[in-house]
Amino acid sequence: MKSILSVHNLDLSIPNRKLFSNLSFEIAQGSLTCITGENGVGKTTLVKHLLQDLANNYTVHTVFNVKRDEVQYVPQLRNIDDEYPLCIKDFVAFGLKKRNFFWNRKPLNEKLEQILTETKLTRIKDQPLGKASGGEKQRAYLAQALCADPKLLILDEATASLDTTNKHELLQMLREVMQQHGLTILFITHDPELIAKYADYELHLEDQTGVLLEKGAKK
Amino acid sequence: MFAYDFMRYAFIAGIFIALICSVMGTFVVARQTSFFTHTLSEIGFSGASFGIFIGISPLAGMLTFTTASALLIGMSGERLGRREASISVFSGLFLGLGILFLSLSDKQANYATSILFGSIVGIDRNDIEVLIALSILLLLTITILFKRLAYNSFDSQGAQYNQRFNKTISIIFLVMLALTISITAQIVGALLIFVLLTIPASATKYFAHRLYQMIVLNFVFILAGVWLGLYFSYLTDWPVSFFITVIEALIYGAAIAKDHLANHQK
Repeated sequence: MKSILSVHNLDLSIPNRKLFSNLSFEIAQGSLTCITGENGVGKTTLVKHLLQDLANNYTVHTVFNVKRDEVQYVPQLRNIDDEYPLCIKDFVAFGLKKRNFFWNRKPLNEKLEQILTETKLTRIKDQPLGKASGGEKQRAYLAQALCADPKLLILDEATASLDTTNKHELLQMLREVMQQHGLTILFITHDPELIAKYADYELHLEDQTGVLLEKGAKK
Repeated sequence: MFAYDFMRYAFIAGIFIALICSVMGTFVVARQTSFFTHTLSEIGFSGASFGIFIGISPLAGMLTFTTASALLIGMSGERLGRREASISVFSGLFLGLGILFLSLSDKQANYATSILFGSIVGIDRNDIEVLIALSILLLLTITILFKRLAYNSFDSQGAQYNQRFNKTISIIFLVMLALTISITAQIVGALLIFVLLTIPASATKYFAHRLYQMIVLNFVFILAGVWLGLYFSYLTDWPVSFFITVIEALIYGAAIAKDHLANHQK
């Protein structure tokens, strides 16, 4: 198993509380791993801490096989209200690493259209994002992240506000784009049904430590 | 009307103000920092009167005060600038300081009026040269950093994690905002700058959804307000700022009405 990220004996505290002690785990390249645990156990804090170590090249407890530029983090909360005016296409295009100049407009546009197709947003790409449904918004966040050509994609509670149909649609989509883009995915969630059906591994965080479990989607 | 130098200068100034404010206003509204913009213009007033007090130009004082505040807010995180209480504290404090500096410098009260509400009659060739130079500097910065500034303004959470040097971009934006406010103040005055930066951009939201369309439309709304305002002011001898404010408010009213009608028909 080639790992994209390994953590060894990590201690992590927030003011007045210890979150993890001696936490160790490895994330396999090309897998979809769900990070689970009670509210307040420190899932998001852990992920943000790992991203910070990666950005600062701090490798005492964490070894990454990707660069910070190759990781996209889709945060749980975003400032997108009903009145948010920008159309979906322009919002998604923020993820593109290169700027749109007249000499590279064509390839960049093709890439953008390709990703909009993969995330089933083509039909509504000119509509304001504020008017999109919850499921469409999550797909737009995913599409924006894909534009940056990540190797590791981290989604924080992306299905929390979605109904059952939309949850399954998003996860199916994630499995498809994973194959196409050669992605490794970390997915913070609470939903046992989704974990059983779509996850290769579950990293369960509890009592200041974590266990990695093999799950159904793993052949 | 164009026989007067100051009118010609004012119309030229209007073009540059519209160019800068169309982009900056679009970003300001996207970031939901309209009130911070207002505070920054009050800080600008206090800077201008400080400039008069110590004997440098009002513009230099304004640039110093607004840029310093922008850097301070940028370093300590933009959230501070959005907090209601801190907005009240800063607004009040700097208005108070402004009036103190003015009274210490024993200038006439009309000096305060011209800083607060602008005066086109005051525009001379030197002012217009400074305005154009600063505008070009701002427009160059916008051209170079456009994509990063747009990501940072329209998707602050996404950019926070996924855009390199994002905090630096935020600070650069606030400094650019400080510059914009300082150079626009000459025409519309410190108190009403935020009219040009926030009202037309809030109206464009209802008409356009592509980023470039929003900016172009915003430019049209701002230029229409400034030019028509100058024209009406010339006809009536009433203040320009008054007409600009009314025209922009009418545009915003039309936008709201259109949105209301569109929703009603559904």
